[in-house]
Parts: sequence; C-alpha cells; structure tokens
Amino acid sequence: MIANATIFESLKNDLLEKGKRIGTKVLVCAGTGCVAGGALDIHAKIESLAREYGLPTDIQMASESEQILHAVPSGCHGFCEMGPLVRIEPEGTLYVKVTVDDVEEIVKKTLVAGEIVERLTYKHPVTKVSYANEHDIPFYAQQTRIVLERCGAINPEDINEYIASGGYSALVKAFEMSPEQVCKIVSDSKLRGRGGGGFPTGRKWESVRRQNTDIKYVICNGDEGDPGAFMDRSIMEGDPHAVIEGMIIGGYASGAKFGYIYVRAEYPLAVARLQNAIEQAREYGFLGENILSSGFSFDLRINKGAGAFVCGEGSALQESIEGKRGMPRVKPPRTVEKGLYGKPTLLNNVETFANVPSIMLKGAEWFVSLGTENNSGTKAFALTGNINNTGLIEVPMGVKLKTIVEDIGGGVPEGRKFKAVQIGGPSGGCLTEQHMDLTIDFDSLDSAGAMMGSGGLVVMDDKACMIEVARFFMSFTQKESCGKCVPCREGTKRMLKIMGDIVEGRGTMEDIALLEDLSETVTLGSLCGLGKTAANPILTTLRYFKNEYISHVRDKKCPAGVCKKLMTYEIIAAACKGCTKCKRVCPVQAIEGVVKQPFVIIQEKCIKCGACLEICPFNAVREV
Amino acid sequence: MTKTMIVNGKAVSFDKEKNMLEVIRGAGIELPTFCYYSELSIYGACRMCLVEDKRGNVVAACSEPPKDGAEIKTHTPRLQKQRKNTMELLLSSHDRDCLTCSKSGNCKLQDLSMLLGVDKVRFGKTDEKLPIDTSSLSIVRDPNKCILCGDCVRVCEEIQGIGVIGFTHRGANAQVAPPFGKNLNEVDCIDCGLCVSHCPTAALEVKSEAEAVFEALYNPQKMTAAQVAPAVKVSFGEAFGLKAGEITTGKVVGALKALGFDMVFDTSFGADLTVMEESDELSRRLSSGENLPLFTSCCPAWVKFAEFNYPSYLKNISTCRSPQQMLGSLVKDYYAGKSDRKVYMVSVMPCTAKKDEVKNPKFSKDGLFDVDAVITVKELVKMVKTAGLVYDEIEELPFDMPFGFTTGAGLIFGVTGGVTEAVLRTLDPGKAVYTQLRGLEGIKEYTATFGDRSVKAAVVSGIQNAKDLIAKIESGEASYDIIEVMACPGGCVNGAGQPFAPHSSKTRLRGEGLYKNDKQMQFVSSKENPVIEKLYNDFLGKPGSPKAHELLHTHYTSRKRLHEMELAFEPSKTEKTEEIKVCVGTCCYLNGAYDIFKQFQDIIAEKGINATLNATFCFENCKESPCVKIGDTLYGKVSKEEVENFLKNL
Repeated sequence: MIANATIFESLKNDLLEKGKRIGTKVLVCAGTGCVAGGALDIHAKIESLAREYGLPTDIQMASESEQILHAVPSGCHGFCEMGPLVRIEPEGTLYVKVTVDDVEEIVKKTLVAGEIVERLTYKHPVTKVSYANEHDIPFYAQQTRIVLERCGAINPEDINEYIASGGYSALVKAFEMSPEQVCKIVSDSKLRGRGGGGFPTGRKWESVRRQNTDIKYVICNGDEGDPGAFMDRSIMEGDPHAVIEGMIIGGYASGAKFGYIYVRAEYPLAVARLQNAIEQAREYGFLGENILSSGFSFDLRINKGAGAFVCGEGSALQESIEGKRGMPRVKPPRTVEKGLYGKPTLLNNVETFANVPSIMLKGAEWFVSLGTENNSGTKAFALTGNINNTGLIEVPMGVKLKTIVEDIGGGVPEGRKFKAVQIGGPSGGCLTEQHMDLTIDFDSLDSAGAMMGSGGLVVMDDKACMIEVARFFMSFTQKESCGKCVPCREGTKRMLKIMGDIVEGRGTMEDIALLEDLSETVTLGSLCGLGKTAANPILTTLRYFKNEYISHVRDKKCPAGVCKKLMTYEIIAAACKGCTKCKRVCPVQAIEGVVKQPFVIIQEKCIKCGACLEICPFNAVREV
Repeated sequence: MTKTMIVNGKAVSFDKEKNMLEVIRGAGIELPTFCYYSELSIYGACRMCLVEDKRGNVVAACSEPPKDGAEIKTHTPRLQKQRKNTMELLLSSHDRDCLTCSKSGNCKLQDLSMLLGVDKVRFGKTDEKLPIDTSSLSIVRDPNKCILCGDCVRVCEEIQGIGVIGFTHRGANAQVAPPFGKNLNEVDCIDCGLCVSHCPTAALEVKSEAEAVFEALYNPQKMTAAQVAPAVKVSFGEAFGLKAGEITTGKVVGALKALGFDMVFDTSFGADLTVMEESDELSRRLSSGENLPLFTSCCPAWVKFAEFNYPSYLKNISTCRSPQQMLGSLVKDYYAGKSDRKVYMVSVMPCTAKKDEVKNPKFSKDGLFDVDAVITVKELVKMVKTAGLVYDEIEELPFDMPFGFTTGAGLIFGVTGGVTEAVLRTLDPGKAVYTQLRGLEGIKEYTATFGDRSVKAAVVSGIQNAKDLIAKIESGEASYDIIEVMACPGGCVNGAGQPFAPHSSKTRLRGEGLYKNDKQMQFVSSKENPVIEKLYNDFLGKPGSPKAHELLHTHYTSRKRLHEMELAFEPSKTEKTEEIKVCVGTCCYLNGAYDIFKQFQDIIAEKGINATLNATFCFENCKESPCVKIGDTLYGKVSKEEVENFLKNL
C-alpha cells in the first residue's frame, strides 16, 4: 500500500535502480495473436534455456556486479503478420516468425554470444532487404508509438514495470492540481474521442465535472465490435494500467468515485489482464479509499459484454451494465447529464483513456505538436486485408494514406493492384486510389465522406468485389441491429436483401435507386450511431464504384470475379479433348458432349460449383 | 416570462410542456407518433415525429425539450418523404391483410398510412408467420401485426408495475412476447388489458365471444339474459358518432333486445347488492378491528394480481363477489325451476379481465357457470352492426325487472372512487357527494367522519399505484380502513373493452357522464333501493346471512408460484410443535442449505427435539441466503454452527 506521493517516488526510484541491473531484456510478444502462435511456450523456453546456459535471470540470485537477463511476455508489438515476435533490448534486434524450435539458437547465438541469427530477421517482401534492428524496419520507422509505447516494452502483468516506465506518475501529478485544472489540460491537448465519435474529450470531462450530484460514474468502453479492429484489445492486453490510470484521473477530474470497464466477453485475455491489473492497483493503493492521501477515493470493476455489437453504443452499453436489454436510449438527456443509473457519467474509449497519462506527464502542448490542427496526437490502427504487413500500427494524425498503405503496410502483396481501403468498419466508408494523398484525421475523412471510426483499416486489392464488401458489412450491421427503431430494424433488412439480390444476379436499376432512397431514410431516421452509419459502406461504394454496381445489375457480371452466381463457366472448345471427366463429375448433368468431341456446358442448368474446372486435366474450363 | 418557439413560421408560446411534441400538438399541428404516450417513459423508436431545426438538423420531437427561440419545421418535403418511407418500412414487415383484421377501420397504422399517402410497398411480403397466442381467456396476441412500438411493454411495466411482456430476440427478429417463449396464460398476466387499449394495431386485441353469444341467442333451448355494466352506458354511443359520456342506456338495452335477448338486467343492481354486503362487512371489521384494511374485490384483475403477488393480503380482500358475479348467481338461482329453458347469462362489460373471472370454477354450480359469457362494448358494437341494426332506429327500452332498478351508488361503480363513495353513502345517509374521492388521480385519500365514527379510505387505480400504497402500509407510513383498487387508471370507464380511444382521452368524459347520470337518480344510496330491500326481506334475510354468503360471497387462493412450497416433511412426535422451514431454492442450496437441513435433521434426531422440520422452496430472500424460518420469523445468512443454537432456543 503506497500511502503518499513521497513513498511512491522512493518506490519508483528503487525500481529504476533495480532496472539498471537488467542488462538484456527479451520481449516476447504475448498479444492474443502471438499467443495463438505459441508465444507463451517460446517465453518459457527462453527463460529455462537461459538459465541452463548460465545466464542470470533472477535479480535476487544474481551477484551485485552481474547484469541479469529479463525475459518478458509483453503486450502486442504490432507486427502481427510476422508473429510470433521476439525483440531483444537494448539492441533492438527483432526476430520474426519465431517457433519454439528456434529458441535454442536464439539463446545460444544471440543471448550468449551476442550474434544475430540472420534467418530469423525480417526481410522486406518487395525490396528483399534484411533488417536486424526493429527501428530500421519501414513498418516501424514511420510509426509514432505513444499510446502503444508500453505494448511490447513491458510485462503487462507486473505493476512494478509499469511504475518503472513512468506509470502512475501522471496520477501523482494530477493530484497536485484541482479537478478543473486537469480538465483544462485535457481540453488544451485537443484530445478527441478515439472510439470513432471524435468528440473533444476535455469538453466532455468538464461537462461531467460541472454536474451537481454526489454520485457520478466513469465508464471505459472496451466493447470494440468492429470486425477486424483490435486496437483496444491490444491496449487492454498490453498496457492495462494505462487504461486504469486514465480512468482514475478521469474520475478525479469529473468527480466520479466509481468506474466500470465494459469489455466484450470475446476478449478473455484482455479481461484477465485488466482484472489482474485492477487487483495489483488495489494492493498498491491506487484504487480504493484516500488514494495516495489525496482525499480522493475511486474503485473500478469490469463488466463483461455478452455478444452484442450494439452495446458498444454508449447508451446501450449503460443499459447493459444496468442489467437491461442493450438498446440505445433517446437523447437528450445526454450521458454527461443522465447516464448510468441516471447519474452523470463520463464515458470514453479505451484508447482515449490510455492517452491521458502521457498528456498529463508531457503536457498539452506536446500532444498538440503531434498531428494536425484540431486533430492532435496519434491514432492506433488495425491494418488488415490485402496488405503485406498486417498488424497494429500507430501514427500521428494527419499522416497520408499513401504512407500507411505503402511505407508502413508494405504495399499490396503478390504484385496485385491496390483498389480501396475500408476505414471505420461497418460504419465507415472506403477510400480509393484518388485518396492516396489524403491526410488521415477526423476532419479530412469527414469531408471525403468516410469516417475515422475506431481505427480498423481493411486494404483491398483488385480481386475484391466492392459490392460484396458492402453487402458483408450490411449483413453484419443488420444482424447486430437491436431492433428498437423502425428505420434501422426494417431498413437494414431491406437493404441487405437488395444487396443479396445484386450479388446473385437478381438486381435491377430500380434497386440501385431504392438503395439510395433507403440509405437516406435509414441515415436520417435512426435512433443511434449504428443505424445512422449503417448505410455508409453502401453509400461510399456507390460513390466510388458505381460502375461495379452497374456491372452487377445491368450486365450480370462481377468484374472482380468474386460473386459466384454471376460467373459463367465455359469450355474452351479448342482445348477440350472430350475426355468426359467434366460430364461425369457435374452434379446436375449440365454438361453435354460426345466422346472425343468438345463438350459444352448448358448455362441454364449450371449451378456454378466449379467441379468441372477443378477436374479438367487440360485446363479447358474457364471462369468468366 | 413566456417562452416561444417558432413552429412552421408561427410563434407558439409554451410553459410546462415536457417536449417539443406537446408544444407542436398544442399549436394544433398533428405530428404522428406510435410510441409516444405522455404517461409513459419516452421511447423514441417509431421515428415518426422527426422535426427539422433551422440548421437542417433532424431531431425527434418527443424527446427534445422545448427551447425558447427555436425555429422548427414539421412538414418539409424532406420530412414528409422520411415519414412516408418509414411507414413503408413498417408496412413491409406487417401482416397487411386488413380485410380480415378485427381492427380494420379503427387502426392507427391504417389511418397513418393513408394520411401519409403510402400507395405502394416496394418490398416483398413478410417472411414467416409467427404463431398467434390465444391461450388467454381475454386477450389475443398476434405478433404478425406487431409494429414493435413497445407501448404495451411500457404500460405493463410502468403503469401496472408487472412487466409480463417484453422485447425478445434481436433486430429484425425482435418480438414482443412473454418470457422464455411462454404464452400469456402461463405467466402472471392479470388480464387487465391495458396493453390492448394502448396497442395501435391488432397485435393485442380482446378475445371475442360474439360467436358463442349469437349461437345462444338463436338457440331456442336457452333463455338469454344480459346484464349491462355502468361504464358501458356512457361509451356505447361513441361508436355511433356520439360524444363520450353521453348516457345511452336506453339504446344499449334496446340494442340487446333487438339482438334477441329475452331479458336485460342492470349490473348496477348487482353493484347496489355489493354495496349492501360490503358495507356490512366493513362495519363488522371496523367493530372487531380484524382484517383491516378492507380491499375491494370487484376488479378481477386486481384480485388476480393479489393472488399472484400478495397472498398474505388475501384475508383483507372483501369476500363479496363482484357485481356481475352477484347478479349472475342471483339470476340463475331465481330462474332455476321457473322455466324448462336454461338461463344463458351474458355480461356486457368495459373489461377484459371479466372474461377470465367468469370462467373460474368457483363461480359455477353443478357444472354451469353463473355468467356464461362476457362481451365487451367493442364486441357489442360489432354484433349490432353484424345484425344489421341501425343505431338511430334502435328503440330505447328500459331494463327488465326485478333486477333492473338501480340507485346512483350502483352507477358510479364504473369510475375510480365510485365503490368507496357508494359504501360511504350507505354508512352515512347524511352525505351524498364526496368530491374528494372523484377525479383521475392515481391515489386519493379521504377520511370520512360521521357521528363518532371515522373511516379512512384510499382509492387507487393502476396497479403500480396499488403496489406503492401497499409498500407504504407495510412500512407503517400509512393505514386505512378501506382501500378501493382498480387495475385500470381512471376505473372501469377506461377498460380495454371500451371503444378504442387513443391516449385514453375519453376517460374523463365517460366518468363525468356517470356522475351526471347519478345526479338524475331518485335514490343515491343502495340502502334506499326498494327492490334490494324486498330482496333481503323476502329472500336473503340480511347482509351477511348464510343465504347471502352462499350466493353472493367467495374465497381466494394464493397463486404465488413456488412460494413456500413444502417438499420434505419430518413429522414431530407430539401435537404442539415448532415449525422449522429450511429453504432449498437454488441460491440457498448453493450457499449450503442442504448441509443446514441435514444438521437440523441430525440434531433433532439425536436430541429428540420436538419440532417439525420442512424443506421448502422458496422464501424469495435470496440476498440473505441461506434462509431458515422458525415459526413466523425468517432468519438469513444462517450458518451450520447456528443450527444448534436455534434448536436450543426453541
């Protein structure tokens, strides 16, 4: 139990002193992805082998002069495409796609002998250049990891490592100011909500602070429901204390004494790491009564979600915590006035809270110096899809799309052509070739008809069918609609049906007009953000890829070759030897022909299963 | 200082309105809504009431507080298109078979669709047909007609405090239904029908008995008798263009006779009878001081609610039957043996719960029910039209004697506060008007003093109000001698069987109609009814007599599910014994109840203690589990170690 700031400082200095004894740090990425790849076994083997090879790993056992080796399962390093990842500090050597069988060589060659294992270093897929040092790798070089700084650098399950790296110092600093001053710093930093709304965080904090009730709440929205988004997950897994510290500061600034972290149940590792962090924070007295003798008391608990995307919407989330059906509320009254249990509530996203400690420590001006006018700081993105370097990245606001896709992302694999980037998940829109020089920040994206969203970026190459992409997102939204309001409940259902018709060849030009009409109705009339943005994927694909719609509807063709029902299978007469294999394998007897003569597929009977194409030994069947 | 909003270019002042919708409607502009009721919480789901501010931002008028100086437009082309499209979307999932729908011509969805000019639905038909729930005797639930406005959910939850139906499933599969896929008769529905009276479509409707009644009317073996509730007299005319509250008794009787009823009696006569019995009952209880407060029993929804939720108060409910049941029982008894045709008794009621009340086996004799069928005003109107009767041509006729003569007291039963006022008029012949008991407030109180007696009365309508009042009684905050409970806010005039009136707007007028009718009667107190006097002199003896009890009184049974249901029984050795009950419900079980039970068993056997040990399920005290009840005292958080102490202290 740390009773006050003075004791905290001395503990911190102690830890820093101890830290000087660490000569080598081996950081094994233990985010969900790498854990699935065997990271925990890799970490265990490194530790045991290191000891076997006589490297001191335990600070208690080592002698005064010995420098110890600290092997840590850390948070997400971000380079998910190349996982499992192992980084060795202080050199910064990065080994990629590590397996348990590689550990012996790593320990023997690198940890003991100080040499690089060439075959385990990263090789750029296009330039073929090898990089032994993480800082040189283009994927990392262009990033500015602030909110993700500790992810990959410390053990998220050890509060001491958090404190040694500056953790909870922001809280000490906050207690030296008044709540009003804390709100002002956050306002001055121009931090905007990272969950997608982009609302000025400082203004929200001040609104709650101004409410005149004795009960208020803080809620952290960790429901992260966008398909393909895992920024919040990685922060909760890799730096849970930053979220907690941000929430405590938020509670202090707004006058709330209790907080909830709403984590979706599909993130068990995040829940476990957060729970562990909460218990450690309680032990140290950062949560509980009279924190650091400040007179301020605050505690937290985790509330797990139960599988509803709509519960990521602020008011539906509150209904869910209250044990009710997760349906959004009418607004007004707004959450800052009447939120959880009818009390003023400060609701922010995981990444928003995680940014607060560094803003408190380094100052509002520093945060503003990153990013663009009115879009300060950085943003974490989950870069996925048809891109060489899938993973978790963090860039300053205002970076060009080109930088993300080409420099950091490494471009589209297999030499295919870039087609579009879907940004903002099911609520977002797509950006195309013409947007390569677009700066990625809230305001620029707004004017391009897209949306920052929570940070999911899905890259698509020319083999992606934009209609199918829009249909996929609409099917997600329709399934997740809570059903309360008419426009969303009925509108998404009808729009999905039309999209289904289009991809299966039943679309008409009237359908496109109907889609536009319905999009307007759903966007204008829906009660909450889910409905209001549900039509975005369709609206942006209509805007930038109208020709694909026309192709599907008028010509009944899918230019990308994705929509099966629009493909036709034909036999190239010149190549066909009449061997009868295709006729025999066809499940609906749609192929006719005489032995040793070119066969023919009867289109009306064909169900486009592709069996004939697979079986033909002469490549005489093609898909058109 | 007056505040003003500019609505469609015109200045509209406002003061206490809760939202923009009320201001706009107050200015005479009708904004459509499905999910807005001023007495319910704001739901904001139908999205029909969207309005535009001067920046072109769109907000829902029902949830937006009025703002001084705001410039609002309600019917721009954009908004009109939006409403039309939203309606089209609603219709796309609705069972559009209006021709065969009981609500056709009287349906909010139909009206609005025509108003908005929806002339086509650009989407296919609805997918599957969900099963219709006809399990209840009074209400039919058809989910295919539901537009998910949530009005029924909120009225059952907020006004009645019961919440027997709610939203299930998600998105396009969302359905309003009782929990766990159960039917209405499998859950604690009290048949009050408030859901029906708030439903804008036919998703929730009254179960019709018109067919059975027509059959009886054409059956020469049956002597058909009808009785008419007071609330019917002031609402029947609404279906034929008359104002709510107009007294149309003559037309009702005439219509029933024209339909073929042999006799038409007045339920108000039954009400006068109820007053006689209940006043006597109250006097007795006031003298003995036992079983006070006396709760009225004429509202079957309230009685069902009490049987489900407050079994400990069943001894307080008046043993008097409801007026319809008293009259039914009396008529059947009177005509038994007088004719070889069997009497078929039909009640015309404003009420859905009455349909359930009459089918209770306790109200039958030798397999024949005292009341055979209940038709609501809605059904009577339909029957009149089906039989080809023209309202203006119906001959106005009087009730038949002997059961057709009533006093004012019998009439005011139909409005909240009427039963209590009627009883007080009998107890204190000096006073005829009790204005403090009149009006639509949910909870009213009044202390009547006459001579050296005083009677503290409370009147509640709406079950949540009843729950709140009972809570006050249990906490000792309040005490009463008589409490009148009506499930429908405003009383029977607001019953679900009345002609469909959106927003219960006609309740006040109908109630005023009854008080007006009351003023026209020569006798105001039930005691003065000469027919009642003769009935007692010649037949019943006096109120509370054995004959009266046989025909006019009843008993109640706890219907609380699983409450203190006894499972295992350890009989004791002697007669006088202490009763020990150990709760073995899930929560108590998880907290060690079985061990505690075993501990009790072992020590009782070992020491030969004189006690009766039961395992029961459940005390509903889960927060304090595990629970043990010894005699009348309930103990919580019992530990194994305490068992020995308990047994020592017996």
